[in-house]
Amino acid sequence: MTLSYELPLLLLLLLTACAAVLVKDLISAVLILGSYSFFLALVWAWLGAPDVAFVEAVVGAGLATVFFLLTLLSTAPKDTHIRRHAPPKAAMLLLPLLAALLLYATSDLPRFGDPQSPASVHVSPHYLKNSLADTRTTNVVTAVLMDYRALDTLIETAVVFTAGIACWLLLRRDVK
Amino acid sequence: MIQSSYDSVIVRRIGAILVPLVQLFALYVLFFGQYGPGGGFVAGVMIGTSLIMDLLVFGREGKAPTAAERALSGDGIGLVVFAFVGGLCLIGGGEFLNYSDMPVPGIDGASRRYVGILLTQVGVAVDVAVAAVSIVFSLSRDDSLGVPHE
Repeated sequence: MTLSYELPLLLLLLLTACAAVLVKDLISAVLILGSYSFFLALVWAWLGAPDVAFVEAVVGAGLATVFFLLTLLSTAPKDTHIRRHAPPKAAMLLLPLLAALLLYATSDLPRFGDPQSPASVHVSPHYLKNSLADTRTTNVVTAVLMDYRALDTLIETAVVFTAGIACWLLLRRDVK
Repeated sequence: MIQSSYDSVIVRRIGAILVPLVQLFALYVLFFGQYGPGGGFVAGVMIGTSLIMDLLVFGREGKAPTAAERALSGDGIGLVVFAFVGGLCLIGGGEFLNYSDMPVPGIDGASRRYVGILLTQVGVAVDVAVAAVSIVFSLSRDDSLGVPHE
């Protein structure tokens, strides 16, 4: 694995994530979060998942940024600075412990790109082998999403519909 | 906030070029999703984003807001399209969402599944696009926009 551009990419990802949390101005934080999504999309593309990269770029960097900006602009635009308190002592103690625990747990994960990892020996070979003959669809991701796992996608669509309805119910003005 | 068109000729000019381009690309992503990256979700978000952009740039005078406002009463149509395709498979004598039993004459099972994927993707795209536009309408608290008057 060459580290010529992956390392700067991951560093930029970390940098933008920290900056989005630490910056005081909320509008800047939203824009930095958009650039974070863009770098994350590049990471997905690097990992060989162009579908996920596409969604991340369009939803994370595009639509979510627009939603955040509209929210900030339609709430009080002058009060966009956060007042910060020092984090409690328990959090300062427990969060590094949690991080250490998670780092310890990563030692059990399969190696990066391991063909024998459980995720790539269960049902993926079946989809990869048969999706073209079964569905005439060359993009396996689409075949899995829309055909093999169509019920999941139906429920996901219902979730999106529910989100739209919930926003409308919560934010609508009582116009008489 | 999104009452009138944006007061800058550059923004309006760029918007006029960009909005149809985004919509065209969204259609490409929607119908090319079976051969390359993309599909219903992304295409829906892109169509929704193009309508939002039209709304923010041209305000209420544009053509898109009226279309979007009309589309809002169709919230859920995409979901109905998706579920209807599933129901068609039931009518054809198979399981729910098993497209190979869709009652489309003249083509074999694999092609039926192809058609099923295409139709459900259109459903997902419509659902996501309407949801995105509807959330923006809800967020922009504006007397004359969005919520239909009772």
